[in-house]
This record gives sequence, structure tokens and C-alpha cells, in this order.
Amino acid sequence: MTRDEIQKKVTDVLVDALGVDEEDVTPDASLTGKLGAESIDFLDIVFRLEKSFGVKIPQGELFPDNALSDPRYVQDGKLTADGLALLKERLPHVDTSSFAADPRLEKVAESFTVKSLVDFMERKLQPA
Amino acid sequence: MRWMWIDTIVAYEPDRRLVAIKNVSLAEEHLHQHFAEGPDGPAQPVMPGSLMMEGMAQTAGILVGSVRRFAEKVILAKIQKAQIDADVTPGQCIRYDASIERIDGMGASTVGTIERLDHRSGQWERIGSTEIMFSHVDQNMSGLAFPDHNFVFSDSFRNILRSSGLGHLMA
Repeated sequence: MTRDEIQKKVTDVLVDALGVDEEDVTPDASLTGKLGAESIDFLDIVFRLEKSFGVKIPQGELFPDNALSDPRYVQDGKLTADGLALLKERLPHVDTSSFAADPRLEKVAESFTVKSLVDFMERKLQPA
Repeated sequence: MRWMWIDTIVAYEPDRRLVAIKNVSLAEEHLHQHFAEGPDGPAQPVMPGSLMMEGMAQTAGILVGSVRRFAEKVILAKIQKAQIDADVTPGQCIRYDASIERIDGMGASTVGTIERLDHRSGQWERIGSTEIMFSHVDQNMSGLAFPDHNFVFSDSFRNILRSSGLGHLMA
């Protein structure tokens, strides 16, 4: 599958899951910022990506979900050093540089963009 | 108040499907404040679509809860799709048929169909469909605190399970 085909499928998933217009789904659009995603939408997006691409996405592989309620990784609404290291390791599809400088949780959520979803799916679909 | 919008469970396939029935009766107060004008005559009371969604959410929610023996607090998180194409009037029966599409530690996605039975014809007719997502709320707390006891599956739900012959699922 080409990157354009992946981009198209990801766009369709986001249009359905978030009720946004297709033209708003640009590569740099943040899921929580520009596209208005709330926490439960992340679960919806994972389920829809699985269905659309015919793959399994284990819990925590795309979004860090419950790691962010673990006090080892998050304290006072900010990522700890361990939390930052964990996300860097677990989320290679996300640009962590923005929240390395500002580790507030909302920055972590904002760092998930359309491009990071496309990168994730492209990596996921590569033959092992 | 008994906020139960299903009367009984009529089919259960473990971890996969659950079907519940709701009989609509003129004795229900809310019907006397909710009318729709029909094509052939004056307005008549009809079952509100919002309460049909609640009935489907209860049906699908019990199914999702049953997968983990009601250990999780299963909360309606998102109605992804809701379509109801026809009214249900007193004397008719509603059937909610829910299936799990996907479930994991965080929550579940379900699909459902809504049917109505008109006793004069004896025929079931499909009148709607749903896609509803549930959260296992203890796994998605985002820093919020919830009570320890399972406030979702209250005595009312437990009574329906028992009277439907599914009390063993709560063990």
C-alpha cells in the first residue's frame, strides 16, 4: 500500500470518528487541537484503523493510554523523566521533541497529528 | 426511579451477542408527553428515540460487562451511529440485538439492530441500527476518581440477569 493510500484511509477514519471535514485532515493537524478529539476518540480511532487496515493494534502501541495514569510516568500533570523515556521508546511515530521541552500532558496529546498516524500505519504495514 | 429500558434478555451468546426485549405500554407516563403525527390521522404517543438508544445501550452494555463477569465499570462513551427509521407505538414490542465488534482492556465497540413487533401482523420489522462504544472507565480515568463499587451494574441490572436465567454470569 502506498503512503497516499494509507493517508486516504487514515483520513476516512478520522472523518468518521471525529465528524470533521476531509479538508481539515491535513498532515500537521493535531488530533486534540485542530480536530477536536477527546480521550475516548483515541479508542474509537484505534478500532476503526484496525477495521480499515485489517490489522491488530495492541493496547498502548499507537497511543500511550494507561501509561499516562501511572504515577511513575506522570506527576502533577507532567511527564517524569521515566515517562518521557518510555514514550520515546514506545512511540517512534510521534515527534517527542515538543513535549521534551514542555512535558505537560496536554502537550503529549497535541503531539499526535495526522502525520503521526500515517507514519504509524506505514511502519505497521511494512513486512517484518 | 427504575431506569431500565429493557424488560428481559431473550438470547445470549457468550462474549459475542445479546438480545433484549422491551414491551411498550400505554401505562408508561412518558408516552403521554411524546407524540408524533402519523400520515393517516391525529398525533399518537410514540416511544422516544432517545429512550430506544438507552435501551440499546443497556443491552450492549450488559453484553460488554458480561465478558469480564461485570468486574469492569462499563460506561457509554460514544454513540458512533444511531439511525431509527420508524416509530414504535404502545402495544408494540422492541427487540435490541447487540454484538461486540471489538473489545480490549480499554473498552469495546458494538453494533446493534433495533426491530419492532406489531402483534396484529406478528411480524418483526427492522427499524434501526446503532454503533456504540463503551469505556472500561477504571482503565480510562484520566486522573478522575470513581467509587470502588460497581455502580454501573446495579440491582436493577442484576434482577434482569437473574430473571432472564443468566444469574450465573454474576458469579
